[in-house]
Amino acid sequence: MTRLALLLSTLVLALFIAALVVGPADIGIYQSLKALFVDDEGPMTLVMREVRLPRALLAVMIGGSLGLAGAAMQGYLRNPLADPGLIGVSGSAALAAVLAIQTGLAASFAFGLPLSALAGALIGVFLVLVLAGPRGSSLTLILAGIAISALAGAFTSLVLNLSPNPFAANEIVFWMMGSLADKSMTHVWVALPLIVLGALMLATMARGLDALTLGEDAAEAMGIGLRRIRLTLIFGTAAVVGASTAVAGAIGFVGLVVPHLLRPFVGARPSRLLWASAFGGAAMLLAADIAVRAILPARDLKLGVVTALVGAPLFLHLIYLTRREGL
Amino acid sequence: MRLLTLTDFGVTRRKRDILRGVNLSVGTGELVGIIGPNGAGKTTLMRAALGLIDCIGHSSICALSPRERGRAVAWMPQSREIAWPVDVETLVMLGRTPHFVTGQRPRDEDLAAVARAMQRMDLTEFKGRTAMRLSGGEQARVLIARALAQETPLLMADEPIAGLDPAHQIATMRSFVDLARDGHSVIVSLHDLGLAARHCARLIVIDKGGIAADGPPRDVLTPALVRGTFGIRAYLESTPDGFVFQPLEVVA
Repeated sequence: MTRLALLLSTLVLALFIAALVVGPADIGIYQSLKALFVDDEGPMTLVMREVRLPRALLAVMIGGSLGLAGAAMQGYLRNPLADPGLIGVSGSAALAAVLAIQTGLAASFAFGLPLSALAGALIGVFLVLVLAGPRGSSLTLILAGIAISALAGAFTSLVLNLSPNPFAANEIVFWMMGSLADKSMTHVWVALPLIVLGALMLATMARGLDALTLGEDAAEAMGIGLRRIRLTLIFGTAAVVGASTAVAGAIGFVGLVVPHLLRPFVGARPSRLLWASAFGGAAMLLAADIAVRAILPARDLKLGVVTALVGAPLFLHLIYLTRREGL
Repeated sequence: MRLLTLTDFGVTRRKRDILRGVNLSVGTGELVGIIGPNGAGKTTLMRAALGLIDCIGHSSICALSPRERGRAVAWMPQSREIAWPVDVETLVMLGRTPHFVTGQRPRDEDLAAVARAMQRMDLTEFKGRTAMRLSGGEQARVLIARALAQETPLLMADEPIAGLDPAHQIATMRSFVDLARDGHSVIVSLHDLGLAARHCARLIVIDKGGIAADGPPRDVLTPALVRGTFGIRAYLESTPDGFVFQPLEVVA
């Protein structure tokens, strides 16, 4: 138990340092870390502090967010196939971002894109809440989320379809693949408050998620407020996933695979899976972002492509294992 | 002391009266069996009394805050849900949820309550097993133990002994009798009228959305009621081994 915590935090720390020292600028490990802490008033400190540090920090924040939200979503829905994107937040954030690129809002001022993506996430959450209601079974939430995701996806395709500007269309396609390249500390500051707020909200669900193992009726009779836990899940997920999508685009599979992968190591307890998945998600995204830079440094390989390429086979393997166990 | 009081209690769904005009109260040390044909409203009565569905009239449990309710009454639903492959001890420990303050770890008294509940349900050797991989009857015992671990004055269970082998059916009913003797009260719905008649001191018959009879088994299970409510003819006899009830045939 504590061994797992130690292992995961060591892994995250090691990958974080690795993420800081890997990059196109050819700087030695010692030199680059020194430049990070001691200002040499030259390009090395600039690269470390303005390019690599925000990138590594965002990988930790976003990976952690996706892992945490995925574990919370799976716990609430009692379904190992649930994903934080299920409630339509990432879809609607992506649509708003695409609109911002298409209309030129993204180009006209620096935070046009993340801010409109956040607004999109907010609208998506509002629609899901109106559709699913604050009460009711988890099924209505899934259905509302799927409906909003499908609608947002359809509008995104429509924007691409009718886009008169091939450059904008190109930019949209690349943005939707998800990436941490060319991010600054300002992006970190835009995302950080929402991610911290959302993560704190999701962390309060721990006991309720454990109780939900016995079903909604039993949990409610034990004093778990189903209405509160549902709203906490929706707003918490919206905050962390909305902020993540706003900054980095749509990054799939982390929220789905990481909780699934770590579940056996926490005795399948949904409460313990929350923090374990946050660490696991951070580790996975750091590793993927290192891979992006190490494998094809010249070709700007997109992060979302790598997580999907790694995540999908991993998921297939897990399904195979589950089937073999006869569950 | 009254652990549950229902006054002019009813449930209306889709403009249809599912239950109406229910008045009953349960004191301490009672083992109450709720019997009735399928669809009579047994589950609805229990869920509404707990405040899990909207009701009309007064229920003393509905009036409690969710947290107080969790410490006053334990509820074992009919659907035996176990969502994740957690081990048996962890699952039984979930019954202690209402006794925890946020972020608290299990205290000695929680561990003791879990151990007592597992002992009662004959589960000590299953402690480390994964609950999902047990048989249906074993899972039912784990879930009963979970409700017992809550150690509330009142326990309500919806068909807890369905699917158990005869020895465990009898053992479970005996542990409910023991609980009642210790001053707790237990309300169970069940379809096995023979077990209900032998072990429950009081039976409440639900039929057509209301209480058809309420009292000791001998007074309740009259040939007329058994025929009218359940549509069966049965053998009923007081024997040296206790009250024996055996359904015999369906009557038109």
